Amino acid sequence: MIGYNRFVLDNGLRVLVHEDTSTPMAVVNVMYDVGAKDENPNKTGFAHLFEHLMFGGSINIKDYDEPLQRAGGENNAYTTNDLTNYYCSMPKENIETAFWLESDRMLSLAFSKKSLEVQRKVVCEEFKEHYINKPYGDVWFKMRDLAYKVHPYRWMTIGKELSHVENATIDDVKEFFFKHYRPINAILVVAGNVTTEEVKRLANKWFGPIPMGDKYQRNLPKEPKQTEARFLEHHADVPLDAFVKTWHIDSRLNKGYYVADLITEVLGGGGSSRLYQKLVKEQQLFSNLDCYHFGSIEGGLLAIEGRLVKGVKLEDANKAVNEEIEKMKSTLVDDNELQKVKNKTESVIAFEDMSVMSRATSLANYELLGDANLMNTELEKYQAITVEDIKAYSKTIFDDNNSNTLHYHSKN
Amino acid sequence: MINRKIAPQIFDAVDFDLQLKPYTKFTLDNGVDVYSIDAGAQEVVMVECVFFAGNCFEDKNIIAATTNFMLKNGTSTKKAFAINEHFDFYGAYLNRSCHNETATFTLHTLSKHLPNLLPEMAEMLTDSIFPEEELAIYKQNQKQRLEVNLKKCDFVANRLIDEYVFGFHHPYGWYTSPADYDSIQRDELVAFYKQFYTHGKCIMFVAGKLPSDIATQLNNVFGKLPLNQQNIVLPKVEAIAAEQKKYHIINDENGVQGAIRMARPFPNRHHADFPKVQVLNNIFGGFFGSRLMSNIREDKGYTYGIHSYLQNLVQQTAWMISTEAGRDVCAATLEEVYKEMARLRDEKIADEEIDLVRNYMMGGLLGALDGPFQIISRCKSYILNDLDDAYFYNSINTIRTITADELQALAQQYLQPEDFYELVVI
Repeated sequence: MIGYNRFVLDNGLRVLVHEDTSTPMAVVNVMYDVGAKDENPNKTGFAHLFEHLMFGGSINIKDYDEPLQRAGGENNAYTTNDLTNYYCSMPKENIETAFWLESDRMLSLAFSKKSLEVQRKVVCEEFKEHYINKPYGDVWFKMRDLAYKVHPYRWMTIGKELSHVENATIDDVKEFFFKHYRPINAILVVAGNVTTEEVKRLANKWFGPIPMGDKYQRNLPKEPKQTEARFLEHHADVPLDAFVKTWHIDSRLNKGYYVADLITEVLGGGGSSRLYQKLVKEQQLFSNLDCYHFGSIEGGLLAIEGRLVKGVKLEDANKAVNEEIEKMKSTLVDDNELQKVKNKTESVIAFEDMSVMSRATSLANYELLGDANLMNTELEKYQAITVEDIKAYSKTIFDDNNSNTLHYHSKN
Repeated sequence: MINRKIAPQIFDAVDFDLQLKPYTKFTLDNGVDVYSIDAGAQEVVMVECVFFAGNCFEDKNIIAATTNFMLKNGTSTKKAFAINEHFDFYGAYLNRSCHNETATFTLHTLSKHLPNLLPEMAEMLTDSIFPEEELAIYKQNQKQRLEVNLKKCDFVANRLIDEYVFGFHHPYGWYTSPADYDSIQRDELVAFYKQFYTHGKCIMFVAGKLPSDIATQLNNVFGKLPLNQQNIVLPKVEAIAAEQKKYHIINDENGVQGAIRMARPFPNRHHADFPKVQVLNNIFGGFFGSRLMSNIREDKGYTYGIHSYLQNLVQQTAWMISTEAGRDVCAATLEEVYKEMARLRDEKIADEEIDLVRNYMMGGLLGALDGPFQIISRCKSYILNDLDDAYFYNSINTIRTITADELQALAQQYLQPEDFYELVVI
């Protein structure tokens, strides 16, 4: 049970406080309700580029990192298709430094041209490092584009292509900031060796004067139900054939999401999972094989991804995967098998909750979903899932007409 | 109205009274020492066996790592699947990893499941059988994995730079080819296992919210094993660095980035300069606000990240600079790294910059000691490097008191371009 107090400032900023006196540290986490899904399709990668610019100086403070480091603190940030999150930790004595820095960059950035120019280059190098200069680096560009036709999940957080990042202008930056980076669209979580009373005082002092802004009205195109199996073949200069297949699953707060989560564990969680045992160990069709989903807030994807043993045909690998999928649809999983994946879920939550930082981020995540207390009821939702639920939902999602298959051939 | 131009007052982290939480030590009936840290709120625990079974003990490439990897791939009574299923059922993680001197076998679990897991773990230390069919799968999949990795410039660069600094004959410098995997024989694994695991030298580390009978539980299970009965001596191999200093390799004609590695040999943690150079390294390339990062990423935009560090090695080490930079700016990146070395040699570092790094390092230490797994990790590092608490307090004292003159003298001694190996892999 993770305890917290919650209050809302007059400007709409939601504040959550999690007190833990066993640590000498304090954590400040600021989550903005904006991700790559909120981008213009012709200017993708912008939410992430923007995250870099948030470190390029704010209206009253020329450098974000230096004062925080001087206060013995550390920070970082990340962007996903759904959200942007900034977090820092420091000795509890210096927590006001974080309030000062975070509130100033919520008030306004400096909008430095030099920062934009440099960070465009930095992000292009990040793009190259992770997606161009790596074998199989473009797999998910292709798969997202295949699986989504309308919804903005069809592009990657880093952006569709380098040119989108290269063409970003300072006007784009300003518009994005004042649209999304307002108190009304943000969540502040303070955790660690702090008191709620002190956090209230500091939040009012530093964040209170920031204009509320307009609530961002998200109106994303809804992905129509997929009605035919999709298939793509690609040839690339890679050593081994690779196989990726996805199916659409429910959005984050639906029961289907939780069931899908356990299905990925049955199929791909650990050395005793079905796909690993059957297809890597027994049939030796794949040299590695994973089954996972993205934890997306809106309708997401369940994925099976692996590289083939040399000499194995992609058609045969696909067939073998389909056979395992069919078993999920036709036969109830064993009670023990269900208990196993529930035990694992309990264990994962316990390990995650060890770190104050992780607790703070979880609270922000659940508040973004609508209710921070979901953090404390999550396990019950998993515990309530039955073997019948698994079979029924497998039938729903593992429909051929809901599938997207990528055969990624080695040219060698 | 608050004046946002004025920073809130800070408490200098250098003034914090940092204390290393003491561990509890007990010894099992067979002489195995157990170091433990009881802390944390979550009901989770880590149990780690550290064996002196790293690659420095192998007579043939990759035998140590393969033995370590296959510890849980079958015993005389259980198949690999049954073992995996058992640990997965309790939501536990049984990991293994192989280093140069040591190799580990580590359990993470909810505390309540320990009695169901410890006996199985111990069984794998006396009764693993390394089945031929498991070995065949391992060879096939590892070779494929290696083939993919060899396409990556960073992977190739990491192997080569270690070879230049230590020599291919040295356990820190040798690496694996597909042919090495092909030539692994089951009986070589069994022999290595018997000598370095079953009858090996072991130290244990446990941390988390520990059950009150942890010592009894461990002694009942691990205290009967035939460990620590033989004297296992670390082989001493002299590192021989390469003659040639500069290398430029095209691994992928179409590569859009180059992996840059620069390194010089450096003594281990017992050398008096080690903690001092840790401070200098932070200023040079050790954190986001470092000189290399500020210049090469934040000013020039040549790279997504550039770091320098002292490699985490026991007998001797290397001071390393590492980055992936755009193909067309690799030469410019190298030039800027040398310029930053020169600035540290030629100009005294301003007090303001040193103070920032002092506070940053102390704040980092405070955070790095937060939580049972973090504390035991530091404790383990000291024990395996043959250091004690004095090293910790000496490091803190160095962070607090090192002067600009000392830092400049260290830069003049250690940041000389001609001492560095330089490698670019496209």
